[in-house]
Amino acid sequence: MGTRGYILKKMFQAFLTLLAVIVFNFFLFRILPADPVDILTRGAGAKLDDAEKAELRASYGLDKSLFPGQFMDFMGDTLRGDLGQSIIQRPGQDVTAIFGEFMWPTLLLVGVSTLLSTVLGIFMGIYAGWRRNGTFDMFSMGFSLVLYSMPEFWLGMLLILLFSTTLGWFPSSGRASVGGAYTGLAAVADIVNHLFLPALTLTLAYLGEYYLVMRSSLLDVLGEDYITTARAKGVREKWVLRRHAVRNALLPTITLIALSFGFVLGGAITVEVVFSYKGLGGLTYDALQNRDFPLLQGVFLIASATVIGMNLIADLIYGYFDPRVREA
Amino acid sequence: MQTPPITPGGDPNLTGERIPDSLAEVRSPRQIRRARRRRALSTFWAQYRKSKMGMAGLIILAFFAAVAIFAVLASKDGLDPTLVEGPRLASPSTTYPLGTDSFGVSVLTQVIQGSKISLLVGLVASVMSIAIGALVGIVAGYRGGTYDTLLMRFTDFGLVVPWLALAIILASIIGPSLITIILVIGLTSWPGTARLVRSQVLSVRERPYVERARALGGGNWHMIAHHVLPNVMPVILANAVLVVAIAILSETALSFLGLGDPFSFSWGGIIESAFNGHATTLGAWWWIGPPGICIVLVVLAFTMIGFALDEIINPKLRER
Amino acid sequence: MSVLSLKDVHITYHTAAGGVPAVRGVDIEVAKGEVLGLAGESGCGKSTIAGAILRLLPSKTKVEGSITLDGEDILSMKLGRLRAVRWTGASIVFQGAMHALNPVQRVGDQIGEAITVHNQAGEREAKVRVGSLLEQVGLPTRRAADYPHELSGGQKQRVMIAMALACNPSLIIADEPTTALDVMVQAQVLRLMKDLQRDLGLSMVFITHDLSVLVETSDRLAIMYAGKIVEEGPATAVFEDPKHPYTAALAAAFPQIGDLRFRGNPTGLGGDPPDPQEIPSGCPFHPRCPAAFADCQRTVPELYTAGAGRRAACLLVEGAHTGAAEVAE
Repeated sequence: MGTRGYILKKMFQAFLTLLAVIVFNFFLFRILPADPVDILTRGAGAKLDDAEKAELRASYGLDKSLFPGQFMDFMGDTLRGDLGQSIIQRPGQDVTAIFGEFMWPTLLLVGVSTLLSTVLGIFMGIYAGWRRNGTFDMFSMGFSLVLYSMPEFWLGMLLILLFSTTLGWFPSSGRASVGGAYTGLAAVADIVNHLFLPALTLTLAYLGEYYLVMRSSLLDVLGEDYITTARAKGVREKWVLRRHAVRNALLPTITLIALSFGFVLGGAITVEVVFSYKGLGGLTYDALQNRDFPLLQGVFLIASATVIGMNLIADLIYGYFDPRVREA
Repeated sequence: MQTPPITPGGDPNLTGERIPDSLAEVRSPRQIRRARRRRALSTFWAQYRKSKMGMAGLIILAFFAAVAIFAVLASKDGLDPTLVEGPRLASPSTTYPLGTDSFGVSVLTQVIQGSKISLLVGLVASVMSIAIGALVGIVAGYRGGTYDTLLMRFTDFGLVVPWLALAIILASIIGPSLITIILVIGLTSWPGTARLVRSQVLSVRERPYVERARALGGGNWHMIAHHVLPNVMPVILANAVLVVAIAILSETALSFLGLGDPFSFSWGGIIESAFNGHATTLGAWWWIGPPGICIVLVVLAFTMIGFALDEIINPKLRER
Repeated sequence: MSVLSLKDVHITYHTAAGGVPAVRGVDIEVAKGEVLGLAGESGCGKSTIAGAILRLLPSKTKVEGSITLDGEDILSMKLGRLRAVRWTGASIVFQGAMHALNPVQRVGDQIGEAITVHNQAGEREAKVRVGSLLEQVGLPTRRAADYPHELSGGQKQRVMIAMALACNPSLIIADEPTTALDVMVQAQVLRLMKDLQRDLGLSMVFITHDLSVLVETSDRLAIMYAGKIVEEGPATAVFEDPKHPYTAALAAAFPQIGDLRFRGNPTGLGGDPPDPQEIPSGCPFHPRCPAAFADCQRTVPELYTAGAGRRAACLLVEGAHTGAAEVAE
């Protein structure tokens, strides 16, 4: 099939999955026994009379038949980027606009943490696997197992206790100082200051898992025959590790890291809540409290799209490194 | 040249098992099966005992199971969390070994009570998840063809969807309660098990004795019950332990976000009330620490048991 | 001077269950240009010896005795010198080339790696040499750009052979090179190895459990059982007139078409090779031996002379034992 065919096939599959998610999103709210209008307005508190309900229904297109009427509306809207309007939180404001505001802090947080945890986890995993049962291995194994077993938001709370309340080194909440009087470099420093603890939390939370996966993958590979072949040829240990072992061990690690990205997003939500960090996670939590369904639907869509995207990237990277996959 | 003396019944050193002298010694298939199972179990236990991780995990688990049972039995006198008596936000003392929360309720009481909920929800949700996953995996692997493709597309979809986002939506529709959490976890975490079971079923299906059983006229039900299931069980069990660990962590997160039962606190619920009670900024470490430590210990225990089981089922891992 | 010389080699693996003695006192000599066939069932220690020659066994393995390659003592070599000697002094053709080649590296690069690692050529020169090596083993040069999974079993084995030749070693150790191949392909690869050995005057240690293969390819044979050599001598002589009952059984297990000895007389050997941690007393073969007698359980046989240039570790060969021993019981 070749490289180009592989890329196209993977992109097509990703697109199909995305479509499936959108369809799923549609049905989530419509297959319920309750009246969708009731659900939509439950959070608002006020009791509407029948006439107002009918009006609301019409404005949401809920008076049309489910299929194809509402369905086509929904698909059309979503594919055009119209995700509806928020009901409770910012009534009337476009969901997409709201997301735009809250997107970059989350991107920053998740981006930095993922980068750090993957890089650190992979390096530590390689080193531990290479020097199996050495002191570093045992120590980092224990450390990683404990981290893996911790709820990430609890870790965040502990870090706040230690670094914020007790030591006073870092702020305990927010993404920037209230009042926002900083500009330029000072503003950047302020953001970093607020980003530090949340990013540390998320990094530590997933570091353990990546380390364990990489280590186990490397140990698997080190038992393979071609490693003995390389040594027999007189290749130096360093190169045996780099050129033969790691290149093969990275493959399943990458896949697993991509697959676990859904959990990273979940972690981001809870961590943002703990730190009152004004990103998409905190937004989701508020939307949950307020039962602002259009917002929640939008979050679901974006989160799913991100995971699908990460999987696609992982597939492409895998295809680049493993020639066997491209053939299939 | 002499020939070696012949031992009646075959040289035991060579063949390992004696051929019975008379028909009276021959046992029924059921007896043989039972004896074999007993032997397999004791070999398994002997192997498991050797794993330090496995034993440590088992001990920790036993401890918390005891605490949970104690919590269930002693729910009335002295352990009712709604009994508000103590000073608010008091740090640990002899009367309140883990201090009190912002309502004056003993943290130790809450932690003990929380154990039964956290463990219960974790277990029930896991059973649901594993049941669905195993069913999907077995049907997909055994039937093959269109069933397989369809089910696997479905499974892949389930793997892609970010669980917490889905959980939040489902919970916001159904409303907060323990049932919600159990349902949500059960419905979102089965794909992993499904994939694992399916690949195991596929490998079992190819084995020669399965083909032979088929040739001898074994119907589908017989095949699944007597050949597929026994070979898939070990994998399911090893995976189950890890599923429980994740279920407990998931329940904690969902409770923290306020989706649990507002009246009975799991460990996650305690952390939630600690957060809402500003325990972090008030420095109430005794309120935040203990529930989390319990979670870490229980999840660690399950993970370690899972590792130990994995080593036994996958022998080549043993050298690690 | 012999190319390879093993003297009183004992190799013990280190496992969680204690020490496992895989090789228990082995002497081997391979002269220049000679092919020594090393035969035996799985677990007899022959692959262990192959690994030991280039010190490729797991780090905790105990190797005692002396191993000399081209006059140099392998066991006491420093790591730097060992790495230089690996592949240039001796190279290995591994069994199961399916797994002995790096799946994500092109085969040409893997062969070339052997050359560049020993600084025998620059990158471009190495490529040329890789091409000629591939031709030597009967593969088109464009195959150098292929990945292992794009080649058939036989082709992969040829790549392994080309790789083994890359640094012009004094000795090639072939560890079950044809075991995993179809019979037809097996014949082709064997023919190739025989031709190469003859044309290049290579010294070889050919390890396998298939005795009939060895007869075709080897000058001398050594049969191993339970970590020791139980018979050795010129290949055809050992095969046609085995002095040790085990050799006879091994030969009988691979009957040759047309050989009248095997007609209508299929023979096999019951039982399994002994667990290295539970080796029987006396002669390790006595529980399975069709010719065993009382003394076999008590006395450990040495390698007694059994003809011109032949030795066998069997009490029957020692000659001193007759029925008289049993009368004394």
